[in-house]
Amino acid sequence: MSFINYSSREINCKIVYYGPGLCGKTTNLQYIYNKTNPDAKGKMISLATETERTLFFDFLPLSLGEIRGFRTRFHLYTVPGQVFYDASRKLILKGVDGVVFVGDSQIERTEANIESLDNLRTNLQEQGYDLDKLPYVVQYNKRDLPNAAPLSELEELLNPTKVQAFEAVAPKGVGVFDTLKAVAKLVLTELKKGG
Amino acid sequence: MGNQLVMYEEELQQINGICDVLQKDSNAKAVLVIDKNGQAIASSGEVDQLDVTSLSSLTAGNVAATGGIAQLLKEQEFAGQFHEGEKTHVHISLVAQRVILLVLFDERSSLGLVRLRVRKATAELTNVLDALIRKMEAGSQPSVFAEITDADIDNLFND
Ligand SMILES: Nc1nc2c(ncn2[C@@H]2O[C@H](COP(=O)(O)OP(=O)(O)OP(=O)(O)O)[C@@H](O)[C@H]2O)c(=O)[nH]1
Ligand SMILES: [Mg+2]
Repeated sequence: MSFINYSSREINCKIVYYGPGLCGKTTNLQYIYNKTNPDAKGKMISLATETERTLFFDFLPLSLGEIRGFRTRFHLYTVPGQVFYDASRKLILKGVDGVVFVGDSQIERTEANIESLDNLRTNLQEQGYDLDKLPYVVQYNKRDLPNAAPLSELEELLNPTKVQAFEAVAPKGVGVFDTLKAVAKLVLTELKKGG
Repeated sequence: MGNQLVMYEEELQQINGICDVLQKDSNAKAVLVIDKNGQAIASSGEVDQLDVTSLSSLTAGNVAATGGIAQLLKEQEFAGQFHEGEKTHVHISLVAQRVILLVLFDERSSLGLVRLRVRKATAELTNVLDALIRKMEAGSQPSVFAEITDADIDNLFND
């Protein structure tokens, strides 16, 4: 749910990074945090386990600049990917304006990817959202690993609706900002449409 | 997107006014009004040293989690939460199922006083929010977005 403040002239939007455990959602946010000017970002909050698995969410507030005198602010969230945190994932999807699905390119993670994508659709539906109508992009992460599946295979399995997709190596930043920009642009375009 | 929250000058001033009164009447350190999705709407009191953005996101997460627990227990939302710190205490409550009211206070105040004043502020905030929602639904206000061009959006990303 975007929040438009005519008084402080701000547009606030919420983007959620979704995907199976260990696919690299938190790493995406960490890279963005590290590469963003201090004046354009707030503190990054990670509610994580002692082994650095996301327990509830990561949160990173970003400021992207102005459109027609309105400051555009994006709140980036990641969900916990581990299967048993489903209740938390549902909560974090509330009020979402745009979704990034981060897939893990490793062949061994094929099932986990499919399961997580199904889970995303179901959880969105429960809240009355339709993934096909939301601003939505896909990222294939861990392209650097030798056991990465071919792109065509991932596209077929994880992107049947052919939304924009990006190859990424999150710790090195490859594809990270391209993904963010694409989803942010879709969100703003959607706002324009919806008035 | 039908569930967008829009805030106008007039209502924001009213909300700020309610925050100011609540903060003074309850001797609180600070008062925050936060959208259920974690965005700060208004604040009052000693907020300069606070990281309002982080506080808002965490509070909303907390309220969402507590609401989830309530659902599991087949309770309606819990009416409010109180966290007691060594120096600072936190009172959190939900207003009209839509926004969160956060009060930070210390030994200059008490839980009883905060609860009492929060009740009054909640009724007033509910009225303002109802009016705001009617205004949004009536669509009486011109949208900035109609005027935004694709080029404006592109320009945002030309760095
Ligand atoms: N080789 C390689 N490793 C990566 C890549 N992206 C992330 N990793 C590593 O994968 C591990 C898990 O990354 P996280 O970002 O914590 O994964 P997550 O998706 O947040 O996992 P959950 O919080 O459990 O849902 C970390 O050790 C990362 O360094 C990548 O593109 N290539
Ligand atoms: Mg994580």
